[in-house]
Order: sequence, then C-alpha cells, then structure tokens
Amino acid sequence: MTTSADITLTPSGAPAPEAFLEVRDLKVQFATDDGVVKAVDGLSFGLERGQTLGIVGESGSGKSVTSLSIMGLHKGGSVSMSGEIWLDGQELISASKEEVRRLRGSKAAMIFQDPLSSMHPFYPVGEQIVEAYRVHHDVPAKQARQRAIDMLARAGIPQPERRVDDYPHQFSGGMRQRAMIAMALVNNPSLLIADEPTTALDVTVQAQILDLIRDLQVEFGSAVIIITHDLGVVAELADDILVMYAGRCMEYDRAQKVFTAPEHPYTWGLLASMPRLDREVRDRLKPIDGTPPSLINLPTGCPFHPRCPYLGRDGIPCTTVDPHLPRHVTAGVACHIPHTDRIRTFSEEVLPTL
Amino acid sequence: MTEPPLLEVTGLVKHFPILKGLLRRQVGAVRAVDGLDFTVQSGETLGLVGESGCGKTTTGRLVSRLLAPTSGRITLGGRDITRLSGGDLRRVRRDVQMIFQDPYSSLNPRHTVGGIVAAPFTVQKVDTPHGTKRAVQDLLALVGLSPEHYNRYPHEFSGGQRQRIGVARALALRPKLIVCDEPVSALDVSIQAQVVNLLEDLQGEFGLTYLFIAHDLSVVRHISDRVAVMYLGKIIELASRDSLYAEPKHPYTVALMSAVPVPDPARREQGARNRVLLTGDVPSPINPPSGCRFRTRCWKAQELCAQEEPPLREMAPGHVAACHFPVQPGESVSVG
Repeated sequence: MTTSADITLTPSGAPAPEAFLEVRDLKVQFATDDGVVKAVDGLSFGLERGQTLGIVGESGSGKSVTSLSIMGLHKGGSVSMSGEIWLDGQELISASKEEVRRLRGSKAAMIFQDPLSSMHPFYPVGEQIVEAYRVHHDVPAKQARQRAIDMLARAGIPQPERRVDDYPHQFSGGMRQRAMIAMALVNNPSLLIADEPTTALDVTVQAQILDLIRDLQVEFGSAVIIITHDLGVVAELADDILVMYAGRCMEYDRAQKVFTAPEHPYTWGLLASMPRLDREVRDRLKPIDGTPPSLINLPTGCPFHPRCPYLGRDGIPCTTVDPHLPRHVTAGVACHIPHTDRIRTFSEEVLPTL
Repeated sequence: MTEPPLLEVTGLVKHFPILKGLLRRQVGAVRAVDGLDFTVQSGETLGLVGESGCGKTTTGRLVSRLLAPTSGRITLGGRDITRLSGGDLRRVRRDVQMIFQDPYSSLNPRHTVGGIVAAPFTVQKVDTPHGTKRAVQDLLALVGLSPEHYNRYPHEFSGGQRQRIGVARALALRPKLIVCDEPVSALDVSIQAQVVNLLEDLQGEFGLTYLFIAHDLSVVRHISDRVAVMYLGKIIELASRDSLYAEPKHPYTVALMSAVPVPDPARREQGARNRVLLTGDVPSPINPPSGCRFRTRCWKAQELCAQEEPPLREMAPGHVAACHFPVQPGESVSVG
C-alpha cells in the first residue's frame, strides 16, 4: 500500500504524469493596453522520449508562446501563466526560477528560427558553445572546447577545429543553424524544441537540416517538438501532430492520421490551400476565407467559426458553444460536427479537391 | 507566326563593385546577374526560382529599371529601355510595376491607404474620370478590400490585406508587366492562396503579364506558364511548367525539386531515399567556380565541367538547360 508521501499530488489533484513531457491545460495571457491577449488558451499534450511532436499553425496561433513557456522564457510582468508543464516528473510552472534555469539547456534546449539574431555577434561561435556547456558541467576550459569541436563536427560543420573560433557572421545561414543545433545539443538534452528551424533557409539547406535533426534524434534518443507553419516539414519529421488555431488545439493525432484522414475543417482548409508538388496542378487554390481572429477579442463559441464553411450545419451551436477538447486527451478534434459526419464530409467533399 | 515578346532580355549583366581603401578603388565585383537571356510573352507568367543569393531579385529590379544594368539589353514592347533615365524612364514605369515581398516595409506607415494607392496617379500626373479618389476606391474594391478603407493606415491591416494594397498600387496605372518579387512568401498558407488566386483573377481580367519571382517551387508551379531556374546569376534551365516539373534536365533543378518536403508522412521514407542531398552552400558570386557554376555541388561533375561553361542548349522543344551531362528521364539520381 502506498502512503500519501509516495504520490506527488499536482495542483489539479491528478497524480504526476507518466509521460516524459506533459502539458496540461496551459494558459498564457499577456496584459496589454488594448486588453488581455489570450495567446494560449487551454492546451494539453504529451510527448515521450524518442518521439517527435509537430505543432502546426499560422502566425499568431500560439505555437511559439507554447514553446517559450516550456523553456520558462516568458519574462515576468505582463504575462500570466496557468496550468501544468511536467518535464520528467518535475512541474515547471510552479518551479522556482533557479530550478527552471538548471533545467534549461541541460534537460530542455531550443533551436530558434533566426540563427543570426539568436547568437551573440561579438563572441566566437565556439566560445558560446563552451559557455553553454560549462554552465551545466564543471569541466576545464580545454575539455569544454574539445566538446564544442566534437559537437560542431557532429552537426556537420567541416573543419570544426578552425571554424570553432569564427564569429557568427562568418558562417552562412545553413552553417549557423548547424552551429545552433550543436549548441543546443551540447548538454545532451532529453527535450529539443525547434521553433521554425528551417524557415529562414533555402530548400536544399532545409533538407540537410531536417536530416540532421532526424539523425541526431535517433542518436541521442531525445524528445523533439518541431514548430512550423510548413505542413511539408512536419510530414517529414513528426510522429504526432497538433494543429493550433487562435491559441487552441484544433486537432491532435498521429501524423499519418492528420494527413490522410484529418477531421477538423481548419486542417482541411490548410491542406487545401497549399499547392503541392506531388499533385496535379489545380486551376485554383482553395484558400480559407477571412483572416485569423484577434487574440484579444476571440469569437464566441468555436474560434474558427467565422471562417468555417461548415458553420451551423444541422443546427450545431458553433457560434455559441466552445468545442474545447477534454483535458488529458492524447488525440482529439475540437469540432462540434459528429465524428461520422466529419469522416464522410472529408472523404466525399474535401479529399477530391486536395 | 508568333507575336514579338513583351519583354526581351539579352545578355543582361549586373555587377556590384566592391570598393576598398581611401581611394575607394574597385577590388572586385559581386556578379549578381551574369548574362541572362529570356523573353516573356504578353499575357503569360514567367516564374523565376532559385536559392537566396542567386540573383532573382536583382533580375526583377533590373527589368523594372530600379537598377541600371552593367551591360546587356532590355526591350519592353519593342522599345529599348536599358539606358533610359529621367522623364523617359518615368513614362516606362507606367508599363512596368512591382509588387514587393515584405508587405510591412513596402508601404509607408505615415501615408493613408488612399494616398499610397493614389501615388502612381499623382507621380505620373494621370487624370482619371471621376477623380483620383473614385479610381482608388475602385481599385480597392477590385483587390477585395472595402472602399471605406481609403482613410486608414497600413498598420490597421493584416499581412494579407497589406499585400492586397500593394497589388492595388501596382495595378493603378494598368501596367503591361508586373514584376512580383516573392509576393506571397511572407504570408501564411491560408492567406497565400487568397493572394495567388487574386493575382490569377487579375491576370485573366486585364491580360497582365507577370514576372513571378519566388523560392517556393510549388507556388511557382501553380501560377507560371514557363519557369526559369537560376543559379549564381545565370539561368541554368528554362522550360514550360509541365515540361520542367515532369522532366527536369539540369542536376540542380532535380536536386532543388527533390528537396521540397512533401506533406505526406507515408512518403517520408521514399522521399528520403529519392532525395538528392546537395552538400555545402552556394559558392560566392564574387568568385564563382570556373566552367559550370554548379559543378562544385554536382554529383555528375567531370573534368569538362570545370573547363568549359555549358551553354543553354535546347534539350526538348522549348526546354533549354545549361549542362554537359543532363539528367535523362528515369535516370537514378540517388547519391550518398
């Protein structure tokens, strides 16, 4: 029989999760002069080591805010966060700044979109990697430097012994992104968050970087979250996909399922609106009408209803009742349309137009 | 008999000098565009693709004469516009307009939408029936904005709406040719499709001709009639859309297409196997490789490639490529 001391109770009363990373009902709000921006509004997901989660959404859907919350990178002041983020048995939102700082870099690391602005222009690349390593490891400078060279080599930078003393501006865009990956992985993090890692790169370099991330994940067995607006990129990497819209999860399922049998009208819209090289040329693209809503003044009910072509079917209360996903789900669709109707609509009306 | 092309570019070169020292002596040149030949027929869309730094944007700016070419010749509607300046150049601008990539920096934040869209009329001193305001409001309606937006400022609009303002401004003088420089790459997918459809609708309505510059191969495939692929300041392949995408001849085009991620997880394994991974980066345009410029990253390169620059040769009707050893259909290209 377990005693009460053996169970860590969480603020919500549920026991600590088994999963390596689990986010429960995360809410992030920013107070601004114009009102409260609900950047993330009740997001839940989980991720195991060795798995990749792809978070997809348009700009302003809350993808980056989510990842910054996991890294504890929201500065105090105007931000208010609630919910739980469990990383390897430890809750991060209620943790002290000191604890989060110890985890940041060692257990969880991040790759940013723009490597030029996220590296310090004034210090050599190697020195910045060494710094990241020595913060978490008490090792002599020489050993740390060797580690930096090894990581640069592992990230595919030619002549790492020479490049280690170069400055960021001496690297090309692709090389810089490799150096940033080396920096992120220097402490063997078990969670790697890649926030639009290839958006600033050309396709040929993008293919190299995606391959690198995939290889390194197999080698280090880490959990990876890849955040992007490009459905092609997530299809390359992700095992699970979470589609975000207006700070909410719209659809969350295995990648295979989201691409072959998506159920949310927003996911349909995303798939239909992009031209694809693996399909015949269509006469016209099928955009989603309208624009994403303001996060200060969200529509009532389903946040996607003003743009949804299936609004109010069979008297469904799309405009008044919020189809929020239940908490602690590992898959789901936030839509009022019944499951069977969604499947039929997709195969009969949407699939032929893709 | 075929019509003479609307735009004809021959031997177009643009070198940006690199100056050094007190006397600002020229020590070298960035060879951004290094000998281009292409034509655009009236009413068609020519797509121009390539990686960053390959000279696509410079080409667009040369054609719209925002930059003066180092050498070469640009003819628009039978008229040589290569060396025009002052008033003559301004009159040419009625026929060539541009849509820019970044909808945030290409609209003056201190001007109202009305002022921005009316600028071409004021600059060119064009009189419109019923006055400029009416003309601007008609244009706004045409691109899917509300005429009531006349007095608003750019910051009140989303990215997609701003790009529509840019389109309205480009359309104001009813130009013959519009140079679209990455018009949709700053926009979200769902909005991207709206703007692409708008451009296509306007082309159908006004018989516009587009030079469509983009790095996104799938968007270019969707909108273009013919596509030119650029690498380090040169066109290395030019063909009709269907021919280019079905049977690319140049190894670079093959590599570029195979690198595009396909949104289908089921094809992930297959895609990775068929992918031609290019190693390294694009060489510097200050000191491009001898012979074929792609040879340093090409898996088919041989000695001949270093010695002799391959000219653009016709490999199939209307399909030209600059390669000594073009890729044959069905050839296995997987390397490494």
